[in-house]
Amino acid sequence: MKWKLITHTLIFVLFTASCANNNRDKKLVYNPIKKVKDNNYTLDVFDYKSLKPLLEANNDTVYVFNFWATWCKPCIEELPVFEEFNANNSSKVKIFLISLDFSKNITTKLIPFIKNNNIKLKVILLSDPDSNYWINEINSDWSGAIPATIFVKNGDRIFVEGKINKEELQNNINKLK
Amino acid sequence: MKNNVFLLGIVLLIFSLSACNTGEKTYKIGDEVEDFSLKNIDETYVSMADYKYAKGFVIIFTCNHCPYSVAYEDRIIDLADYARENEYELIAINPNDPSFYPEDSFENMKIRAKEKSFNFPYLIDEKQEIYPKFGATKTPHVFIVKKKNNKLYLVYKGAIDDNHEFPEQVKEKYVKTVLDELAAGKEDLTYTETKAIGCSIKDKRTEEK
Repeated sequence: MKWKLITHTLIFVLFTASCANNNRDKKLVYNPIKKVKDNNYTLDVFDYKSLKPLLEANNDTVYVFNFWATWCKPCIEELPVFEEFNANNSSKVKIFLISLDFSKNITTKLIPFIKNNNIKLKVILLSDPDSNYWINEINSDWSGAIPATIFVKNGDRIFVEGKINKEELQNNINKLK
Repeated sequence: MKNNVFLLGIVLLIFSLSACNTGEKTYKIGDEVEDFSLKNIDETYVSMADYKYAKGFVIIFTCNHCPYSVAYEDRIIDLADYARENEYELIAINPNDPSFYPEDSFENMKIRAKEKSFNFPYLIDEKQEIYPKFGATKTPHVFIVKKKNNKLYLVYKGAIDDNHEFPEQVKEKYVKTVLDELAAGKEDLTYTETKAIGCSIKDKRTEEK
């Protein structure tokens, strides 16, 4: 009787332990360094160190990270491409709009832009002055001009500099799926 | 048979030579740099050859509208003085097609230069032929050119420093370090290429979709 209890407990513990390990691998590491709240909107701020694990997500989902800013006209022109895609596709594609706006403009420009344009996609801010370092970490071919987009799935990465259209968005996602 | 092979050789040679000529050559570090003749805000044309006694040039592709350029304006003014102390001339060039942003028009360039008392030439790359030679991809984008035996060579390209938003928090002053090292006669520069975020250059030929 006692043995049955012990073995059952052991099995239970091992099972939950292994489940916990699996979950840890699949959990998205999302740890902003700061949250800015304004007008009922919370904007998460990252530096490159905290952004890196997010960019290295490894859980069978295709991630699309678009680098943009409110002052970048071509960036704004391509936003509807991402929004439309998101509205028509659920499942295993997650889009993040990574703003490179100046941190002093979060409440004066970024959050108002998000609200006025009814942006539904997740917007986060990358605030890290050492761009000479992280531009190359994101992609060594990146000149630093925006817009730029990276597609990530389980360690595979596709980088595109410049404005992209609906077809390119879909094609790059398909390449990784 | 021999004739055919010979003929093929000639064809290949001609082909490869013509391919060289049509190539879009962008200056690499160490490459010789061609001079230019571009219109300044005072309506005169400026070339690097105009500065007979300059030891080199700090060429900055920049514009009125880009917030990154604006964030650096004061530092660029400061750099012009710093460069001159080291016998280098700073030359600013607007590479953009003003039809994208009216703020980048020639008239607005004159206004900005007057407002901020620019102490350097502010030229317009009207035909947009100069910035592709340098491989400028954004504003601001710096190219430092050194004079040697009356020729010009590219020695640095990239950013001004490592903090666009907070000048008081700058740790690495890339351009100033290059200028100091050049003045000291250093051949092996600490910085030859750095990167920074900036606004893409506005050009109808590359504006897709």
